[in-house]
Amino acid sequence: MATKVVRRPELTFWEKLYLPQIYCGLKITFRHFFKNLGLHIAHRLGRLKHLRASITYQYPEELRPLMSRYRSRHRLTLRDDKTPRCVGCMLCETVCPAKCITIVPGEHPDPHVEKYPIRFDIDLGICVYCGYCVEVCPEDAIRMDTGILDLAAYSREAMRLDIHELMDPELRKPVNDCSLTFPHTCKVHGGDMKGSWDGIAKTAD
Amino acid sequence: MPKLTIDGREIEVAQGSTVIQAAEQLGIFVPRYCYHSGLSIAGNCRICLIEVEKFPKLQIACNTPVGEGMVVHTKGDNVEDGRRAVLEFLLANHPLDCPVCDQSGECDLQNFYLNFGLYDPRFREHKVKKNKAVELGPHVMLDQERCILCSRCVRFTDEITKTGEFGIFNRGDKAELGIYPDDVLDNAYSANVVDICPVGALTERDFRFKARVWYLSSTPTVCNGCSKGCNIDMHYVLDRPHLNDGARMVRVKPRYNANVNEWWLCDEGRYGLGWIDKDRLTSVRGPSADATWDDALSSISIALKQSGARIGVIASAQLTNEELFLVRQVFGKGLGAQVSAAVPEQPGTSDDFLIKADKNPNTAGATLMGLAGDGASDASQIVDDACAGKLDALWVFGHDLAALFGEEKARQAADKVSLLVYSGTNENPTAALAHWVLPSAAYVEKDGTFVSCDGHVQRIGFAFAPLADSREDWRLLLQLAEKLEQPFELRAPQDIFKALTEAEAAFAGLTYATIGTHGVGLATEAAAP
Repeated sequence: MATKVVRRPELTFWEKLYLPQIYCGLKITFRHFFKNLGLHIAHRLGRLKHLRASITYQYPEELRPLMSRYRSRHRLTLRDDKTPRCVGCMLCETVCPAKCITIVPGEHPDPHVEKYPIRFDIDLGICVYCGYCVEVCPEDAIRMDTGILDLAAYSREAMRLDIHELMDPELRKPVNDCSLTFPHTCKVHGGDMKGSWDGIAKTAD
Repeated sequence: MPKLTIDGREIEVAQGSTVIQAAEQLGIFVPRYCYHSGLSIAGNCRICLIEVEKFPKLQIACNTPVGEGMVVHTKGDNVEDGRRAVLEFLLANHPLDCPVCDQSGECDLQNFYLNFGLYDPRFREHKVKKNKAVELGPHVMLDQERCILCSRCVRFTDEITKTGEFGIFNRGDKAELGIYPDDVLDNAYSANVVDICPVGALTERDFRFKARVWYLSSTPTVCNGCSKGCNIDMHYVLDRPHLNDGARMVRVKPRYNANVNEWWLCDEGRYGLGWIDKDRLTSVRGPSADATWDDALSSISIALKQSGARIGVIASAQLTNEELFLVRQVFGKGLGAQVSAAVPEQPGTSDDFLIKADKNPNTAGATLMGLAGDGASDASQIVDDACAGKLDALWVFGHDLAALFGEEKARQAADKVSLLVYSGTNENPTAALAHWVLPSAAYVEKDGTFVSCDGHVQRIGFAFAPLADSREDWRLLLQLAEKLEQPFELRAPQDIFKALTEAEAAFAGLTYATIGTHGVGLATEAAAP
């Protein structure tokens, strides 16, 4: 890599005096302090509500409120019988500019549903959070409204969400047991098929 | 020969043809659902409306006979309004389940709606419910709700296969497509109804949910299922390994060729290509565990040189003309070996339409090359010689000796010769006996030509790269020739074909350009088998 030499600017005499610079810096700090103090007192007294005062969030204990349109981690919406609404049309996989979605469709026992995802993975390490998948979905089966922002993981593999984590945003990694009762492939079983349609209320007549 | 004007262009067509056929000759596309060039005219879908001057109303292009001096307009607001209204009726009871429909992406309802539909639906009533996901036979799935009752499939089974499984039952909006009670759609051409179905009513069970059609890439090629050489499009997915269990080839569709198969393809050919992605040989196997192509070619060429003329080569009519030519040049002319592609015929079904009993795609090519047919040496003679200890080396291209000559003889031949080379695409009992196993590319993984049983030279095209460490047979043969110190000045199938056309009178004057995607007849009529 080429080296770029950056010369620091020489300090002027005024800057070398030191104490005046301390004064200048503290002036800014105290201006903000007293401005915010004044504004918070005024807000308490019901005045100057149109001016915003700075506040501090105690993250991560206290979370910032998100805008309703904010795109956070994905989830798959569910039918009444706790199976995914997704019909495996693969439009999200098609439209995804980062190619982070992997879907393998299968045959649903109800011919009026016909198709559902046996496997549905999103690799958050690749996802660009564009929200196209949500926009393109014809079934409102995928949304980005979980409010989950803390997605850090220790491995690339852990960034891959499978159908468990997508269907239940409350789940926290690592997912160790599989409670889904419809056939699907999941990480819990090493990518093997798990579950059966027994016990699922069939809507077929 | 009446002369008419379509969209301002004059054309003279045969008496008795219809406006849609005349428009087709001019390259003007008129939307159609029920009309199909290969079937009789039903005229029931009404989407092909056109305006004919001096006619009081819009007419259907498919069933309006041409007349002298007719002036036809296939475009314009009037025509589009009519078609839009027809489309609205056709879609009234359509379930609009495009997300789960396998036809989505190649569906004419979608296409025409986007071309000239674009209306706001006015149908507020409940749609009629019918049966979905009905298995009609081993290959075809029916969805009665999606059907627009164009009756193409009914006419196909009535007129082409003459099996008559399909019918349209009930009346009015209760009318539905189905097959007769206790009947099964299992004729030898059943999957063609999927191709001609303009909507998603008939879909392939084999392709069901395997991929969306917009993921597919397509390469024009030729079916290698029998000697007929039907033209097909090979559809494959290379960039989504999670689909279709990682197999590259997804489906096969027939490709129109007026001289060979027209629009059709048999089920045997359509579903007979699973071996391209299953149980393939992926690496060179030799005496040592970590053998490479270089080791194989070096030690084989040394052994062949030592054997002198005591070499037998059983070539295959599955090989392309280019490869058969190289086999003949390298082994026959170069080493003086016995070369034959004339193996005992395997019993196969045939009919009077497309299916031929000879299940090899290039028997005619092998015959022209002198490796099969009258006057050619017989493969069973080579095996007998090997068993009798008259041969030192035996090279088998893709055949299973056990299936052809019996297990006993295959083992005996393998024991007697000091070098048995098997080069083929898939695992088989002969590969297990061989001293060297060389993985070959499947026929869609290489370029080349076949000669069909009707003497039609057709190019097979190249769809995707050879699997893993497998190599095209022509490349292997050129490399072997180099090791044998009799190199060719040839680098690609085109070069080999050029050398072949110079050597063989039957191929004289042909090039890949003249063969094109639809093939040509052989150069000399007399040479055609």
